[in-house]
Amino acid sequence: MTLQFTSQTDYFWALLPEIVLSLWAMLVLLIDVFQKGHRSGPSRPIIAWLSLAGVVPTALANLWLMGPARTASPGGMVAADDFAIFTNFIILLAAALSILLSIGHVDEEEINRGEYYVLMLFGAVGMMLMAAARDLIVMFLALELMSISVYVLTGFNRKDPRSGEGAIKYFLLGAFSSAFFLYGIALVFGSTGSTNLSVITPLVGNGLAGNAMFLIGAALLLVGLGFKVAAVPFHMWAPDAYDGAPTPIAAFMATGVKAAAFAAFIRIFPIAFAGVYVSWHAVLWWLAVLTMFGANLIALTEGSVKRMLAYSSIAHAGYLLVALLSANPLGPAAFLFYLLVYTLMTVGAFGMVVANSRGGRERVALEDYAGFGWQQPLLGFAFAVLLFSLAGFPLTGGFIGKLYILRAALVSRQRTLAVLLVLASVISYFYYLRVVILMYMRPAPAEDSHRAIAVSGTTKFAVVAAAFLVLLLFFVPGPVLGAAQQSVASLFHTGSPLLGALH
Amino acid sequence: MSFYQSHWVLTFLIFAPLVGAAFCLLVSVERAKWVALVTGLVEFVVAAPIFYYFQTASGNCSVTSPFGQTHPLPLFHNCVAAPWIPGWGIYYRLGLDGISLFMVLLTAFLLPLTVLGSWTYIQSRQKSYYAMLLALTTGVIGVFVSLDMFLFYIFWEMMLIPMYFLIGVWGGKERIYAAVKFFIYTTAGSLLMLVGILYLHLRYQVAYPGAGPTFSYFDLLHTPLSPTEQWFLFAAFAIAFCIKVPVFPFHTWLPAAHTQAPTAGSVVLAGVLLKMGTYGLLRFALPLFPLAAVDHRTVMLFMVLGLIGIIYTAMVAAVQPNSKRLVAYTSVAHLGFAILGIFAFNLQGIQGALILMIAHGVSTPMLFFLLGMLYERRHTYELEDFGGLAASIPIFAVMLVFAAFASIGLPGTSGFVSEFLVLIGTFRVHPWVALIGATGVIFAAYYMLPMVQKVIFNALKKPANRGIPDLNAREIAVLVPLVVVILWIGVFPQPFLQRMEPAVNHLVEQLQTAKSATASVALSAPASAPSHR
Repeated sequence: MTLQFTSQTDYFWALLPEIVLSLWAMLVLLIDVFQKGHRSGPSRPIIAWLSLAGVVPTALANLWLMGPARTASPGGMVAADDFAIFTNFIILLAAALSILLSIGHVDEEEINRGEYYVLMLFGAVGMMLMAAARDLIVMFLALELMSISVYVLTGFNRKDPRSGEGAIKYFLLGAFSSAFFLYGIALVFGSTGSTNLSVITPLVGNGLAGNAMFLIGAALLLVGLGFKVAAVPFHMWAPDAYDGAPTPIAAFMATGVKAAAFAAFIRIFPIAFAGVYVSWHAVLWWLAVLTMFGANLIALTEGSVKRMLAYSSIAHAGYLLVALLSANPLGPAAFLFYLLVYTLMTVGAFGMVVANSRGGRERVALEDYAGFGWQQPLLGFAFAVLLFSLAGFPLTGGFIGKLYILRAALVSRQRTLAVLLVLASVISYFYYLRVVILMYMRPAPAEDSHRAIAVSGTTKFAVVAAAFLVLLLFFVPGPVLGAAQQSVASLFHTGSPLLGALH
Repeated sequence: MSFYQSHWVLTFLIFAPLVGAAFCLLVSVERAKWVALVTGLVEFVVAAPIFYYFQTASGNCSVTSPFGQTHPLPLFHNCVAAPWIPGWGIYYRLGLDGISLFMVLLTAFLLPLTVLGSWTYIQSRQKSYYAMLLALTTGVIGVFVSLDMFLFYIFWEMMLIPMYFLIGVWGGKERIYAAVKFFIYTTAGSLLMLVGILYLHLRYQVAYPGAGPTFSYFDLLHTPLSPTEQWFLFAAFAIAFCIKVPVFPFHTWLPAAHTQAPTAGSVVLAGVLLKMGTYGLLRFALPLFPLAAVDHRTVMLFMVLGLIGIIYTAMVAAVQPNSKRLVAYTSVAHLGFAILGIFAFNLQGIQGALILMIAHGVSTPMLFFLLGMLYERRHTYELEDFGGLAASIPIFAVMLVFAAFASIGLPGTSGFVSEFLVLIGTFRVHPWVALIGATGVIFAAYYMLPMVQKVIFNALKKPANRGIPDLNAREIAVLVPLVVVILWIGVFPQPFLQRMEPAVNHLVEQLQTAKSATASVALSAPASAPSHR
């Protein structure tokens, strides 16, 4: 099958993963209505498992798409390429792990409503669509689908005022950033006459560098995306939203939303706007440096593990920006690999916050982890692995990921940026290690302070599986590295002038 | 090919402790230390014959360059190159030469002793403790035998984790501060080295586009680098190694780590971990960036830092009220000698530095063991709490006097041979440095003898020092092997010198070539297929 994007059918096939997941989500919604005896009662566990099962046919559709993607034409409104497929897998992984974390958590927090899972699935659809979008309008639609689902999920715990606070902050600033993004689209359309990136790309190469309208449009797109990936100084909403949201949702936001927004970032800036690299390079450079150092320094001062993880995820956006700045095919490949590792370790780490709850209360203060490692050996070990990986220490996938980014940065002669990334990582050691210190080197307040935590089997499974995969990605990174490298080859098919323009 | 001619002996030495560590976690608490002891003994018994085989077999290794030619490596033994991440040119590449040989043997030698030395000292969380001790050995041996820069870096960083936990979980009162300081200090330095390694790796690819990616030490030796690049890369590597040694301004993590670590932690730290720094200089920093290394400014800098290390830390050691802290400072002083020897760039100097690494690797552990044994009896390291112990525990007193003499470097002990060689080597190139350095030997007596006096002589005033039991059979068994090695090197160092000589000669040759090259013209390497040695 060749996807020419000349008929509706081609779009149907190219969007098959998104369509499958949307239909599945609607089905779950419908089943949820009928399985409930009482309106305000909790949903049955079957809803959660059904939602989780939805990942499987979507992943299969995604897998199937790899075949047609090989010959797909690059001209459509959506891209059926390996880059989108790889990102889709990451988003599905994030969704699956977050659903696993939710299963015990929603009962404990008494927010077990079927809509919770359905919104997660719709959010995932938006994310996947965003990763595949090659037209700015489609990208915007996807952004809204994703964002609105996540706004609602952030405020899902209605009894908790922090949840509401986080949701309203996220919603207001998110709406602002969407407006920026939309205005940016309008200006880019005004200066190029198209919203399709494959049409815009060659135009950008031919003398748009001095076009003020285009450059302002690009800057507005940058602001809009900067908000979504929570890059400093557009990060203000993130800690409060992550802190207020139910923890599995925070994990989903920190990984899925970021993956989708970054995928769009890559499609727009290093690929489509490569022709005006000089104009946005310095801005992104400073954005990356500010994000790495700002977030890591603030994380040092956090006394709550959940907020610390929020800042940590902002810091990692900085590392991903470095990958994005590396103007060669290694950059996006490093980005994909790092995104996978990042998703595993971030969901795993938030999973630990879910796991460490007792008596219906999440214990997020640093002191609540004192002696944890000795009383819960398996979870403690998994958390230590995840923290070392977040810090980018050898023996974990986080190290290979960071190394890949460093490599990409050095190949494109970003030596200063590479050294700054390393220094920022050293700062991050302090706060990641602090948790390890508490878990193993400080005594627990009582013999049973951690033995009696109410951790569900699914949460435990998700955390341990994430830690295991993080280790596996260090010892056997070859296949994933190869896949990441292949996945970005298609990005450069569209004749990006990137390499030629630079060297 | 027999076990000792193949890489399997090295692979075994790396991974056997890791397997032992896993068993430690699985068995019951009472059995954990026995598992650790058996693993340690097996490790030593397997490692010891290398000493014999190394002499008879001349290196049978060869290396295939990215251009397809195969070159013999007469200096290296027990090589292997198995693909790990071939896409990035990362191989499981090991080998042993005269420089790494003794470090491997020393590590394997100390392992059973540290287990035995911890027998009663460690009372809590024993399973994890012995597992960490064994895992540490895996990392250390890996560092000494890796010839792939990536693999080297992995082992280099990996061994931090067990050490971090050993200090942080089983250490003294200030253990967390010490553990964090140790960890952050070392990783901050090594991350810059990582950037250096990556840069070197990419630079090689740029220079030889047809070659494909490689992290092999033998390939990267031939990377054409401009003098400026050499300077930056040398700095990145040297700082990482100097922090580990530690060379004077970077030494502040060491007293904290040593004082707080449990006995076995201090023993491994002083015995082998510090040597990773000097080993790194000899193996990587000097041969990879010879132009920057032999520059007279670099040499002067290191000579001065070495001298400051010898004299300043000796003076600091002399006023320490805490015995363990005192011994920690002596490590900095001793390794200052090693730095002098290395930067003399001649056979005697570098051989002296290598012997010093072994000598310090047995005498300082002996001191730490003794202080640990004393701590188990008196629960203190403060010098003023002791006094007159010669009367109450005579065997201990004899051992302490012997260890102190070995540390000072009395003729007949290993310390003398090493410092003597270093001073000869240094004298031949920088006489005044050797003259100032020689006073360091006097300083060693100045801090060590008062310590001995305060601990075992003086009057037996404190009642708590009466009636404490003398060393038992297990403790004597820990100390005797150390005594034997100290005397062996002190009296008959020839078997050691002879095995290191070819490798050291080759290194000296490399450095002297670079020295004469700097004298004539700046380096301009042709971008053709390099020849390997």
